Amino acid sequence: MRLLRRSLAILALCAFSAAALPSISHAAGEGPEIAAQEWSWAPPFGRFDRAQLQRGYKVYQRVCANCHSMNLLSYRNLGEPGGPQFSEAAVSALAAQAQITDGPDDTGKMFQRPGRPSDRFRAPYANAQAARAANGGALPPDLSVMAKARPKGPDYIYAMLTGYEDPPVDFKMSTGMHYNAAFPGHQIAMPNVLVDGVVEYTDGTEATVSNYSKDVTAFLMWAAEPHLEQRYQVGARIMIFLIVFAIVMYLTKKAVWSRVHRRDHAAKSET
Amino acid sequence: MASSDTSADPSLDHEENDPSRRDVMMIAAGAFAAIGGAAALWPLLDQMNPDASTLSLATIEVDLAPVEEGQAITVMWRGKPVFIRNRTAEEVEEARNVELSALPDPLARNMNLADTAPATDENRAALDKEPWLVMIGVCTHLGCIPQGQSVGAYKGEYGGWFCPCHGSSYDTAGRIRKGPAPENMYIPPYAFTSDTKIKIG
Amino acid sequence: MAHESTYQPTSGFARWLDSRLPIPRLVHDQFVVFPAPRNLNYLWTFGAILSFLLVAQIATGIVLAMHYQPTTADAFNSIEKIMRDVNWGWLLRYAHAVGASMFFLAAYIHMFRGLYYGSYKAPREILWILGCLIFLLMIATAFMGYSLVWGQMSFWAVTVITNLFSSLDSVIPGFGTMLVQWIWGGFSVGEPTLNRLFSLHYLFPFIIAGVVVLHVWALHIPGSNNPTGVDVKTSSDTLSFHPYFTIKDGFAAVMFFILFAGLVFYAPNYLGHSDNYIPADPLVTPAHIVPEWYFLPFYAILRAIPDKLMGVIAMFASIAVLFVIPWLDTSRIRSVSYRPIFKWFFWLFIISCIALGYLGAQVAEGWYVFFSRVFTAYYFAFFLLVMPIVGLIEKPKRLPGSITESVLGPQASSAPVAKPPKDSSVDAMPGGAVAAAAAEGRA
Repeated sequence: MRLLRRSLAILALCAFSAAALPSISHAAGEGPEIAAQEWSWAPPFGRFDRAQLQRGYKVYQRVCANCHSMNLLSYRNLGEPGGPQFSEAAVSALAAQAQITDGPDDTGKMFQRPGRPSDRFRAPYANAQAARAANGGALPPDLSVMAKARPKGPDYIYAMLTGYEDPPVDFKMSTGMHYNAAFPGHQIAMPNVLVDGVVEYTDGTEATVSNYSKDVTAFLMWAAEPHLEQRYQVGARIMIFLIVFAIVMYLTKKAVWSRVHRRDHAAKSET
Repeated sequence: MASSDTSADPSLDHEENDPSRRDVMMIAAGAFAAIGGAAALWPLLDQMNPDASTLSLATIEVDLAPVEEGQAITVMWRGKPVFIRNRTAEEVEEARNVELSALPDPLARNMNLADTAPATDENRAALDKEPWLVMIGVCTHLGCIPQGQSVGAYKGEYGGWFCPCHGSSYDTAGRIRKGPAPENMYIPPYAFTSDTKIKIG
Repeated sequence: MAHESTYQPTSGFARWLDSRLPIPRLVHDQFVVFPAPRNLNYLWTFGAILSFLLVAQIATGIVLAMHYQPTTADAFNSIEKIMRDVNWGWLLRYAHAVGASMFFLAAYIHMFRGLYYGSYKAPREILWILGCLIFLLMIATAFMGYSLVWGQMSFWAVTVITNLFSSLDSVIPGFGTMLVQWIWGGFSVGEPTLNRLFSLHYLFPFIIAGVVVLHVWALHIPGSNNPTGVDVKTSSDTLSFHPYFTIKDGFAAVMFFILFAGLVFYAPNYLGHSDNYIPADPLVTPAHIVPEWYFLPFYAILRAIPDKLMGVIAMFASIAVLFVIPWLDTSRIRSVSYRPIFKWFFWLFIISCIALGYLGAQVAEGWYVFFSRVFTAYYFAFFLLVMPIVGLIEKPKRLPGSITESVLGPQASSAPVAKPPKDSSVDAMPGGAVAAAAAEGRA
């Protein structure tokens, strides 16, 4: 019993050190406090809200995509299960709205054609230099995995998009920068692009900055983790299997060891 | 320890209490381990199947306007050559006049038609545009690319294509006529999107 | 434990095979009837768990390598392609990444168990040294594997760690720089570096597997240690490996896999760092470089020393010292359970390892530096001062006469024990008991 207790203590200690350290290291990151939001995809049973992802795509496409690429995504992803799940026809139509550079053709020239579902999202700039030149030297980062590339990913994105404020009176702003309460250092090159009504919503959702930010954050989370729903669903099955397996193993272990324990008991009572 | 039996302590073997329950439990535990192991194996195998991006690159569009009668072009689809030939009237006539019974493979092998469609020239050629033959240019024997697309190439005994690897000869409808290949060359799924354009896949 | 084989081939084919390649005999002798101390607790299951994890890492790693592109332009994107497009790619990649953390978690428990119960003491010194070698190979493998992601943390970890070798410039001018350029294959971390990291990351696990075979071999000569540290004396002290320990190991492994699966499916990025989802940029260093959690204590030791070369030496020494523990510990008995003084030092050591892990994740300034130095000092003092000195001055508690006695109490075990009773001070000397057990085994 003493041994068991001691073993458990050591186990708990090791588990604690494993579990606590990374969260401590995350906490050590600099930057303003980021408020946690309630998201539909919280584990273990969460799912994406299809309508929200579709609205989020619209916000990305109308607003963000003017400066930010999403090079890891293709239009076909918009119709795949677990995502916005646009219909096949809608995906083709969305893809066809973009002019994609293809080629070379038979004469060796590049040419423009309407996008197909297998095309990557059209990037706003040909390369990083062009992007910098168009944005006063600042490079708008690719958004494909943005929701995983910042501490507290989705919470941070939402806080940043809704964090534009007037700087405090004694705050010294550099030229071309914008004050943002959530951004580390509070000076961000990206201007405030979301204002109420800038994107039209057709499903009755109120066209507010808060809703735009929530929706586009959900869209970016899906973009960063397109198999999240499948992961939870497979995970649930695996966990159930493993727990039943563990019970079977425990009972088997008990059955196998019972003869040892019974014999020990007999030996003890003899004395 | 020199006397170790099935268990290190021999006295344990003579326990009478409920060995059957123990055996059943061991079998159950083993079954769970086997199921778990097999399930874990599946992702390791399935990852080798074509991935989502490969499957999505399945369509191409081809402009046929520059291809004159008697000419042929080769385009790439799914990493394979697709032969497109604008056949002459004689070539079509030749293909039409072949009896089905003379064909080693009597099926059309046309992915746009039923699996059982016979290998007539109509079933091999484009719908309502019989001069046009669009097929996957891969010999059905062992996957070589038959000759016959370029002007001067040897086209084999039947005037269509000839596979240099093992001597399979195809006729002007791409049907196997002689040699080790078992099947006619396959017709990919395709459709004319306008008079001079086709979409393959 | 060397003992006579009891394998009986039951079929004609088994007999045929037995005289040619007696693998069934090996399995039967070493993993079926092999006698293991009956009082092994659940901390002894981590060897089996680590074997499972090694197989899982190699299996997922081989299939990931089928899709990974070791070029600076494509490495990051090829991993994202695995995550997005490859069938089950997200599962394979997350299982491999979380698996590395699980591997270290299990290895640390395994090592602390060995440390607590004195499993490194005679006659298991080589067993322990092989284990340290595996740990060293694991560190190298995990570090190289992390670099392959080619995110910001990967890139800057490679840059910073490989630059450690440039500290040798202060010993032989120019040598450190030459060595670093040899490692990089250029003047900075780049394409050649990534390619060789990939090649070696693929190679090392197989070397680990080879050393694991030696590790198990070295285990099966003296047999397992046990929570009392008292040697096996009679057959009543042991149980056959199968079914008693196969089922116990199996149960523990399934429990461990529940933790593993929970992380893979519900928090796969919890143990990682968000900066590694930013593609490597040689022009921008992240504000706060931290290694994966399992390297944090060593990273804290590195940063605790103000001198570049001395810091590097201290970090390597913190691992090197593990190799000589069998000769630093002067205690006559193995298990810390029976060492009333050393026990406190041991738990203080555990606390300082965890504290160093915490400090390794903090910004290196102010009080953090001070505490890093305190715990670094204790880390080395534990091995170099506490182990030799406490072992000499401490009077251990009375050990049980045998493993059986530790389970059943002093009277019950007296019947099957053939040997005349000895007083505890003799029992406390492992050498004599081992010699007796070995003589018995070679009968």
